[in-house]
Amino acid sequence: MELSTSRHGDMTIVNVTAGRIDAAAAIAFKDAMRAAVADGTDHVVLDLGQVTFVDSSGLGAIVAAMKHMGDGRRLDLAGLTPDVAKVFRLTRMDTVFVIHHDIDRLTATG
Amino acid sequence: MTADMTFECRATPVDVRRMLGRLRTRLAAEDLSDEKCSTIEIALAEALNNIVEHAYRPDERGTITLTLSVGPRRLRCELRDLGVAMPGLGPPDGTAPDVGGLRATLPEGGFGWSLIRALTARLHYMREGTGNRLILDFDIDVS
Repeated sequence: MELSTSRHGDMTIVNVTAGRIDAAAAIAFKDAMRAAVADGTDHVVLDLGQVTFVDSSGLGAIVAAMKHMGDGRRLDLAGLTPDVAKVFRLTRMDTVFVIHHDIDRLTATG
Repeated sequence: MTADMTFECRATPVDVRRMLGRLRTRLAAEDLSDEKCSTIEIALAEALNNIVEHAYRPDERGTITLTLSVGPRRLRCELRDLGVAMPGLGPPDGTAPDVGGLRATLPEGGFGWSLIRALTARLHYMREGTGNRLILDFDIDVS
C-alpha cells in the first residue's frame, strides 16, 4: 500500500493514498506503516483524508500500527471522512486517538 | 421500490470489496442518504468478512450470494454461503471490546458483530441444510 510521509518540525504526517483500509488491505497497510514510521519522529499523524472506508480489519490495523510504535511515541489521526468517522465513533476508538479536524492548521503550526 | 437484486462473489477479501462497490452504487440509485448507504455498507462488510474468515477454509473457493430487497420502510440484505455453521447456531451477541485500557491491551479485532448489531434494525440467522442464511434488516425512509 502506498503511504507518503512528510516532515513538519517534530511531527511526521503519513498520508494514506488508498481509498480503503479494509480486510483486503489491512496487512499491507500494517507493513507499510511499520516501514513509514520506523526511523521517524515521536509524533506521527495519520492523514486519512483520502480514505473513504475502513472496516474492523482496517481499524485493527490502525490500532496495531499505533501499538507497534511503542510507549513514548504518539499516533494521531486527521481528516476522517464521514464513513470512517462513523466506524471510529461506533467502536469508541474515537476516544483512544487524538483526532485532528484540520490538517492544514496542524502543519502550519507544526 | 424495485425488484430484488442478487449479487454473487467468491469468498475472498478482494472479491468482497468489489461486491461492496457494486452494492454501494445500487444503494445510491435507490435514493438512500449517504448516511444510510454507509450504515448498510459497513454492516455488510463485517458480515461478509466474517464469512470469508470463518465460514470457509482458506483453500475452499467458496461463494457468497447477497440478495437485496427494498421495501417501503425496510431494506433487507440476505447473505447465503455454503460454509460451516456459526458456533452455537446463532450470531454472537456483539458485546463491544473494551477500549478503555492501556495502549498495549487495546483490542485489534472483535468489533465486527458489535458494528453489525449497532447498525442493523434486525438480524436473523438460519442454518439450512449445508448452508448459512443471514438476514440483515435496515430501517429506511425513502421519500
